[in-house]
Amino acid sequence: MTTNPTIAEATDEIGAMLEALPDWEERFGAIMAMGRELGPYPEERRTDDFIIKGCQSRVWLYPELVGGRIHFHADSDALIVKGLVAVVIRIMQDRTPQEILAAPKDISERLGLAQHLSQNRSSGLASMLKQIRLYAVALSMRTSS
Amino acid sequence: MSAPELSAPSLDVALLREEFPILSRMVHGDRPLVYLDNAATTQKPEVVIESIVSFYRHHNANAHRAGHVLGTEVTSMYEEARGTVAESLGAESDEIIFTRGTTESLNLLAWSIGQHLAARLANGNIVLTEMEHHANIVPWQMLRERSGVELRVIPVMDDGGLDMGRASQLIDASTLIVSCVHVSNTLGTTNNVQALCAMARSVGAISIIDAAQSVASMSIDVRAIGCDALVFSGHKVYGPMGIGVAYVRRDLLAVLPPYQGGGSMITNVTFDRTTYADGPLRFEAGTPNIEGAVGLATALRWRNRLDLSRVLSHKSSLTERLVEGLRLRSSVRVHGTKQGHSGIVSFSVNGVHPQDLGIMLDSHGIAVRTGHHCTMPLTQRFGVNGTVRVSAAVYTSHDEIDRFFHAYDRVITLLQ
Repeated sequence: MTTNPTIAEATDEIGAMLEALPDWEERFGAIMAMGRELGPYPEERRTDDFIIKGCQSRVWLYPELVGGRIHFHADSDALIVKGLVAVVIRIMQDRTPQEILAAPKDISERLGLAQHLSQNRSSGLASMLKQIRLYAVALSMRTSS
Repeated sequence: MSAPELSAPSLDVALLREEFPILSRMVHGDRPLVYLDNAATTQKPEVVIESIVSFYRHHNANAHRAGHVLGTEVTSMYEEARGTVAESLGAESDEIIFTRGTTESLNLLAWSIGQHLAARLANGNIVLTEMEHHANIVPWQMLRERSGVELRVIPVMDDGGLDMGRASQLIDASTLIVSCVHVSNTLGTTNNVQALCAMARSVGAISIIDAAQSVASMSIDVRAIGCDALVFSGHKVYGPMGIGVAYVRRDLLAVLPPYQGGGSMITNVTFDRTTYADGPLRFEAGTPNIEGAVGLATALRWRNRLDLSRVLSHKSSLTERLVEGLRLRSSVRVHGTKQGHSGIVSFSVNGVHPQDLGIMLDSHGIAVRTGHHCTMPLTQRFGVNGTVRVSAAVYTSHDEIDRFFHAYDRVITLLQ
């Protein structure tokens, strides 16, 4: 029986995949490709309530609690940022709030994106990770009560 | 007091580039840096870097306080820097206030002029333009909150120029202040500030010019412009960050109340009553950015040795190459048509988010700015969330513009 990778393992796996690519153009190409694979975003949730603040582009992130696990839907009007949110979701998808809250704090470093993006608030990677933690805190209260 | 020796720069761009150590940097491994974000900040020539290092290595002390040798040297260096700034603007030393930058200069003016005109604000108006940087909008909105003064906005036309007809209607007998940008940081438009200052003068209003984008390559003469105040930042004119200037005409400066209280801006302090210093020191509370002032003066002397007419013709040809190259490419909209010699060009590409283009260009070592450029009302007026802005400096080469287009053509196919 195979177990699902942990958040740390999933992060390192994507980090290694990106690292293996020859340059940043290819890395961003791969990130954009992940964005294109995101499922459709529920139109009724395309509201300011679900916009992540602190991004130069608009990012919507909507969490749904399904059987005690958080299922995220996301979209963006920019391709690279949509790819970044897809990367984050691939790591965090369908996990319990407790798993998300116990996740390593250095995800952008492990992805190898810290130097390139995370210091740049316009990319919003840090804001996305923070928002996911906030949702996990809020939803953990619902699952524990 | 050894000021570092200034070499005589010419407009041999290749030679000029050698004076800027950072321009030979590689980024992302082996990509030569192509720095096209000069409207955000310019790079610094060796002589400016050296003047700052030399200040701390040989002179460091506080200004206007100590009578010892270092204190005396530093006071002269600081005041000589003020003199260099004054000369570069056609002003007098006692009309030059050192600040942190354009933003602080505008906040200082909004506060002090606001206090000075307090009794008239409720029935008066302040005229701005639609192309102002947030630094020339928000301080006036803060003044409006305190006083109820009306803010009026001169519209920008499709070509990126100001509607001067509207300007002459908006500026009227109850106008107290006209505050306007010289060269737009987003569109590159050069405004007819002489005309706006003349309109302000005709109704007895105070005129303020934001020269942040013009000082680096244009010859500025405050008397010829006819302004009451003019502000800029050191870091956009090849100087250091954290230092800026507010020129204020002597008789206006004399009646303005101080902006911040503290050391050095006083003549006498008792717990009952404090009297303030005359002249610019009244507006320079606390220890100033002395090495910044020294670095700025070095940068201005460096700039003053350039033949500014050759700088402008170089920047005109770079601007033309950019605009023409962009017009040749499909789905590109260049915002405005009045970039002139500013070196600043903003554009949008249909269906492509500016942020994506900025990140992909960066992966090729091309540094441009994307977003609203701190001019949100202006980008909204052009119906976009943001633009891609390419901005050249005196050291920008035609080869760099070609590299920009080479990278653009490559990455745009991935984004469209």
